This record gives sequence, structure tokens and C-alpha cells, in this order.
Amino acid sequence: MDLSLSTRTVGDRTVVEVGGEIDVYTAPKLREQLVELVNDGNFHLVVDMEGVDFLDSTGLGVLVGGLKRVRAHEGSLRLVCNQERILKIFRITGLTKVFPIHTSVEEAVAATD
Amino acid sequence: MATVELRFSALPEHVRTARLVAAAVARRAGVDEAVLDEVRLAVGEACSRAVGLHQVAGIAEPVRVALIEEEKQFSIEVGDEAPRSVPGDRTSGGAAELDVDAEEDEMGLAVISGLVDDVEVTAGEHGGLIRMTWPTTPPGVALT
Repeated sequence: MDLSLSTRTVGDRTVVEVGGEIDVYTAPKLREQLVELVNDGNFHLVVDMEGVDFLDSTGLGVLVGGLKRVRAHEGSLRLVCNQERILKIFRITGLTKVFPIHTSVEEAVAATD
Repeated sequence: MATVELRFSALPEHVRTARLVAAAVARRAGVDEAVLDEVRLAVGEACSRAVGLHQVAGIAEPVRVALIEEEKQFSIEVGDEAPRSVPGDRTSGGAAELDVDAEEDEMGLAVISGLVDDVEVTAGEHGGLIRMTWPTTPPGVALT
């Protein structure tokens, strides 16, 4: 399955809904999308990973890159994920300490630091 | 020879094919269903790394994947042909770019070593090899 991306605005947050597989082939599309959003002034992002079937280290790298970009504008990047197999990858790489991970889009949108 | 061998051009779009084939052969070999996600991820990481190494070094040779069914275990070998330079051999001009590549490379290896208990990484002047092994359950045992 290829990567699917759609974005919508909820309040001052931009929700990016990702579906399919994020790997070495598809990750550049996600990177482009995140870069474009930040360039357009969207600095508070919520990446909804509930539709993601596969995530590898290339995908993790893109998310970390996105986080760096929004932080440069004092923004935020929150993740929504309940899938154990995806969460496991964040845990073994120590990235659960880097990304706020929420159980629903509503929770992520409402969250403040 | 290996149970199944795969050789693919060093292009990102073929890594998914390698993952699918590896998971299918692993399942057939008796690797636990709960571990198949890890097999898929680990082989994907190893192949992505090999593709990156070939592309950076401009190597036209394909990436090699060997799926090996043995008694009580299943192994996957991912081989690349990218020669490794001696540490400290870097030229100052391309150092920053190389460091970025090295970081991504490390992330892939970190995921593999986090996922797979039995993994060997070797590299030399003719290329590198990652060998990962998982235990299998004989079909007869699984059914009783």
C-alpha cells in the first residue's frame, strides 16, 4: 500500500492524517508535506498515525525533521497513535521521550505544554 | 543455497517487495506470527540501509537478500557491495554530508539491534552483511 496524506485545520492546529506505509520510498512525500506546511506558517502540527500500517527509521527521521522545523518557530508536533507495533518502534529508539503521543486527535488538539 | 534468494536494483521502491517476500518465507518457515512484524521491519531496515549505501557509493550491483530456513531457526542475510573506508579517511569537504548519512545509517542499525536478539553485522572492503536469526516452531509442535 502506498502512502496517503490529508490535512485539515482544527482551531490553531493542523492535523495531518497519514495512511499506508511510511518507508524509504514513501517518506520523502511525508517530508515534503511537513516542509510545505511549516513554510506556509503552520507551526502546530498533529500527525495522526492511526491509518499507518508500517513505519521504519526513515519515517522516524522525517518526523524528527518535522519536529525540528516547528520548534524553530516555537511550534509543536504531536502524534496520535494507538497501534502497539508502531509504538514499539518509538520505544526502542527512545523517541517516546521526544514526541508527545496521544490516543486521539481530540486529545492532541486540546493538549498544551 | 538459501531457501529463497532475492536480488534487486538498489532503489527504494523495491524495499517493500523484499519485506513482503521475507515475511512470507518467514511465516512458511514457522516463525511465530507475533514476530513477523519484527521480521518485516528488520529486513526493511537492512535493505533500506543497503540501498542507501549503494546509492551513495554509486554502485550498480543489486542488493542481495538470502532467506534461509534451517532446523529450528530462520535467518535473513542482507548483503551490500559498498566498500567501507577506514575510519578517519574522510575528506574534509564532504564530512558534513557523510555525517548525515551516518546518522540515518545508525538509526536503521539501532532499530535492527533493538528488534532482533540474534544479529551479526560485518563489513569490509568488498561490502557488508547483516545476518539476523529468529527461532522457529516446527509445524507439528504448533498444532498439538
